[in-house]
Amino acid sequence: MNAIGPMKTALLIDESKKIFKVSRQAFVDPVILDAERAQIFDKCWLYLGHSSELAKPGDFVTRQVGGRGILFARDGKGNLNAMLNTCPHRGTQVCREKHGSAKSFQCFYHGWVFGLDGTLRSQPGEASYAEDFKERSTSSMQQVPRLESYRDFNFICFDKNVESLSDYLGPVREYLDVICDQAETAMTIVGGTQEYSMRANWKLLTENSIDGYHALTTHATYLNYLKATTGGLAQVAFEGSARDLGKGHAVLEYQAPWGRPVAQWIPSWGEDGKRELSRLYDGLVNRFGKERADRIATFNRNLFIFPNLVINDIMAVTVRTYYPAAPDFMNISAWALAPKEETEWARKYRLFNFLEFLGPGGFATPDDVEALEQCQRGFRNSSEAQWNDISKGMGKTNPSYDDEAQMRAFWSNWNEHIFRASA
Amino acid sequence: MSDGGTVMQTIARTDVEDFLFAEAELLDEWRLPEWLELFTDDAIYYVPATDLAVDASPDNNLFYIADDRFRLSERVKRLMKRTAHAEFPHSKTRHLVSNVRIRKRIGDDLEVSSAFITYRTKDGVTDVYFGSNRYRLVPGNGTFRIKEKRCLLDSEGLRAQGRVSIIL
Repeated sequence: MNAIGPMKTALLIDESKKIFKVSRQAFVDPVILDAERAQIFDKCWLYLGHSSELAKPGDFVTRQVGGRGILFARDGKGNLNAMLNTCPHRGTQVCREKHGSAKSFQCFYHGWVFGLDGTLRSQPGEASYAEDFKERSTSSMQQVPRLESYRDFNFICFDKNVESLSDYLGPVREYLDVICDQAETAMTIVGGTQEYSMRANWKLLTENSIDGYHALTTHATYLNYLKATTGGLAQVAFEGSARDLGKGHAVLEYQAPWGRPVAQWIPSWGEDGKRELSRLYDGLVNRFGKERADRIATFNRNLFIFPNLVINDIMAVTVRTYYPAAPDFMNISAWALAPKEETEWARKYRLFNFLEFLGPGGFATPDDVEALEQCQRGFRNSSEAQWNDISKGMGKTNPSYDDEAQMRAFWSNWNEHIFRASA
Repeated sequence: MSDGGTVMQTIARTDVEDFLFAEAELLDEWRLPEWLELFTDDAIYYVPATDLAVDASPDNNLFYIADDRFRLSERVKRLMKRTAHAEFPHSKTRHLVSNVRIRKRIGDDLEVSSAFITYRTKDGVTDVYFGSNRYRLVPGNGTFRIKEKRCLLDSEGLRAQGRVSIIL
């Protein structure tokens, strides 16, 4: 049985000739999107939210994850619950607010009331129901099949037989540790969500988020801006490597001339900033020794977790996830992550760094949006012009941050997910 | 009565409207360097994320845009370049300004609110931005300068606009 019509693979690979091509059909075909929903979004671990977003018992957020509506809430015991946001009675979406704090959730249609863990507490006309009705698990809101977390990043999976999150992440965990260890206490999501969209296939944003090759051309105006700030950039060249982390995950780790609030100083941050960053850096050395402190402080990481989570620890830390609504349309949500205990100074400059570069009002992201939408437009020619080339750096033992090894890692795993059913 | 107070009493809503309509025209005609001159040296231009309180600060909340005068001038410089890819070729825009009210007088300054609808068309796609603007205007020389412009989008995020590459 062939799942994707006559297609058996979307990749054209010849290692000896350093050929690695991706069929543009993968970006435009609705049949491919159906297969992605079934083979990827229904089977992989997906990011739901950060524990800091539900700081107190009763805190909740509602989110679209993998096509489902999820109610994510912290109950009275402090436990996190991820529930399908649908009333077990007739299907109504129970919680209609995006975030807030509650003692219970009431479906407005017939008035059923659920606890913070989704358990049915009461329903009007109880006497007309079976005696054990409330005790039946089918009377309560349904939990997602799996909810697990690593360093306060909470993931869900709709396949109850999936491997543990820890096994799924594998070597990704070490990079999450490096990112989270910049905080002495814990990392926290800062208030304010950037919610935007692109008229482009979701996989284009995967590529773009881990693409070191496009910076100098797409983002020329951003780099010009940085040079125009008082004193300009740090005396650091773009240099680093890319790593395939298995299972489609990948990371770039590199040095760059922009300021990092933990902890690479640039002249425009002045003497106050210099003192603050030295204090932070000394703290890191005390806790981890010089080698790891240097890695945390001065190296940037663009971390990609298959299939659709990007955690970029660059001039600020962004957590970004995105879902296809159609082959040529995606919705994106992005948050800023920061050390909980950081000073007002560091928080302010971190956020300024974030929105200068990242986000749909910045000096860089709008040009990424344009690039990705123009790719999607270019794919209108995909009947004749059929292939994307991502061969840069093939055959190298140590691919550079601006090669395309990390994209090949993503695509190889994607291809495996989509076509293994038909193999 | 101070001179400032006298100035205040002579300012009518129509004076403010004329100024805001002229601002909209500069934006729609892509005369951005002239538009920038409307701002004071200590001016700020904010577009907060849409899930924040209206008076949230960009020092501890994530915005879409939080420009001081320097970053605003760099924004203008960038938008006038061919390499600001999101706006090359320039999109066509129409800024409609309505519901103008003088909210408060703070010393010589005016706190003004307005409603806006801005259309942006490029490559056959038209997006609509809508919401309210809160201005702090400084009167002088028969006109105003903008000390603060806070643009509060009414949409849920930027779907489907995808970006704020124009000035709202």
